[in-house]
Amino acid sequence: MDPIRESLLKKSKASKLEMRGKIITYFCIGLIVAIVLAIFYFVASKGLATFFTDKVSIKDFLLGKSWNPGTLDKSGKPEVGALPMISGSFFVTFLSALIATPFAIGTAIFMVEISPNKGSRILQPVTELLVGIPSVVYGFIGLSVVVPFVRSIFGGTGFGILSGTFVLFVMILPTVTSMTVDTLKSVPRYYREASLALGATRWQTIYKVILRAATPGIMTAVVFGMARAFGEALAVQMVIGNASLMPSSLITPSSTLTSILTMGIGNTVMGSLENNALWSLALILLLMSLFFNMVVRVIGKRGALK
Amino acid sequence: MSKIIETNDVHLYYGKKEALKGIDLDFNEKGITALIGPSGCGKSTYLRTLNRMNDLIPGVTITGAVKLKGEDIYGPKMDTVSLRKNVGMVFQQPNPFPFSIYENVVYGLRLAGIKDKATLDEAVEKSLKQAAVWDDVKDDLGKNALALSGGQQQRVCIARVLAVEPEVILLDEPTSALDPGSSSKIENMLLELREKYTIIIVTHNLQQASRISDRTAFFLEGHLIEVAPTRELFTQPKHQETDDYISGRFG
Repeated sequence: MDPIRESLLKKSKASKLEMRGKIITYFCIGLIVAIVLAIFYFVASKGLATFFTDKVSIKDFLLGKSWNPGTLDKSGKPEVGALPMISGSFFVTFLSALIATPFAIGTAIFMVEISPNKGSRILQPVTELLVGIPSVVYGFIGLSVVVPFVRSIFGGTGFGILSGTFVLFVMILPTVTSMTVDTLKSVPRYYREASLALGATRWQTIYKVILRAATPGIMTAVVFGMARAFGEALAVQMVIGNASLMPSSLITPSSTLTSILTMGIGNTVMGSLENNALWSLALILLLMSLFFNMVVRVIGKRGALK
Repeated sequence: MSKIIETNDVHLYYGKKEALKGIDLDFNEKGITALIGPSGCGKSTYLRTLNRMNDLIPGVTITGAVKLKGEDIYGPKMDTVSLRKNVGMVFQQPNPFPFSIYENVVYGLRLAGIKDKATLDEAVEKSLKQAAVWDDVKDDLGKNALALSGGQQQRVCIARVLAVEPEVILLDEPTSALDPGSSSKIENMLLELREKYTIIIVTHNLQQASRISDRTAFFLEGHLIEVAPTRELFTQPKHQETDDYISGRFG
């Protein structure tokens, strides 16, 4: 073959490189997708076994109030009512998000609008540091500070949803704050100018324009925080008391999906009902995080339409 | 005619850089004054001193006197909020809020505490009509203003300023980001408004200045070179620099 013909027909070095790059990225994507699918398959197959192999009805599982998978109740059915844990998880999640949101928004406004210099010099590193603290440390502080505090103020043992809420509040605050900061920063400067030029004060501008324009982003931040709270295991487990009872008040020991999972998974035999029931809890957790993700996407789309 | 704005020896520094080097310029009530000059000559900066929008930029120092109806707007007693209600501003880039058209127009009125629905409705219709955009949007005032075309957005922004009934309207190159059709609509609208408002417009477009303004001021490198009735400035400029600029020899 003559060299000109060859150079025209053969792939150039650049296009070969391009090809190689493509293959590598596709491989990486494929691997991640495969891992996610495998996790889903594994959790689902184990979690659904409770219902198909062990014949527990979904209704009993979701609405039953007593959790004691090893024993049978009077009618001979296993006691696998997960409602105490499900409600415990939801309580700590919503309560911590409820407390964290105003603090996060306030901090973010300070960092972006009121004092950008101090904000980026001091508060930014502080929030980043808070994100990086391992959850066992939070749990330990919760155990040695929050629990005695709750005990001395509200009585009881100090373990319970309230302590869990306080610990989770501190844990999700930096996440929600830093995401809110990013949202506020992305509000265009000209909205501020337009508002001020119309005779608005700084506070009116923040309240009426910036927060309004940033609402989808702030909601996303809160949902992310909730997803984190819902999935947090260790720190909550250390302060919530881990009694699989229906939460009767905020200061009685209760439990969350994650705390029961971490407590129980090492003490059961693979394939037994006790083990499968825990996998069912894990399945609920997985579905919930899927749900949180979907909510974030929906909010993002709505926000983009504007 | 009485003077509404007087500026005396205004110097403005961005940090150490002097952007305005002693501007003496007065504005009579009503009518349109155009500020022209090449990029970076200080005309926009000067415009923004008139409603203290430069305050938002860190490191700006201003000396000299800027008086609105005899009152020093940089004086200790001046309330920037009420100043900016009196001296409205339209920006180069259309910047409606991400709200409905209606909420955009009533924004300033709501700030002023007006809650009466009938008053607000009336103000919306009146200012949108004045801004020549009523016919485009009257059927759907609840529509998000960001969904409008650029020209319509800019006119909604003008309506938003008109709604608070300022005495002075500052326009910072309001048509430079728009197509010729939208520009001419805005020019015609300004010609209608010149009877009622004192309008000061910064423009890069010399034809625009000669079409719509009564008076033109030529800025160069932070100095005010010349100010004269528009026809005079464009036909018999007194300074060589002005002549060079309007005849297109630089800038």
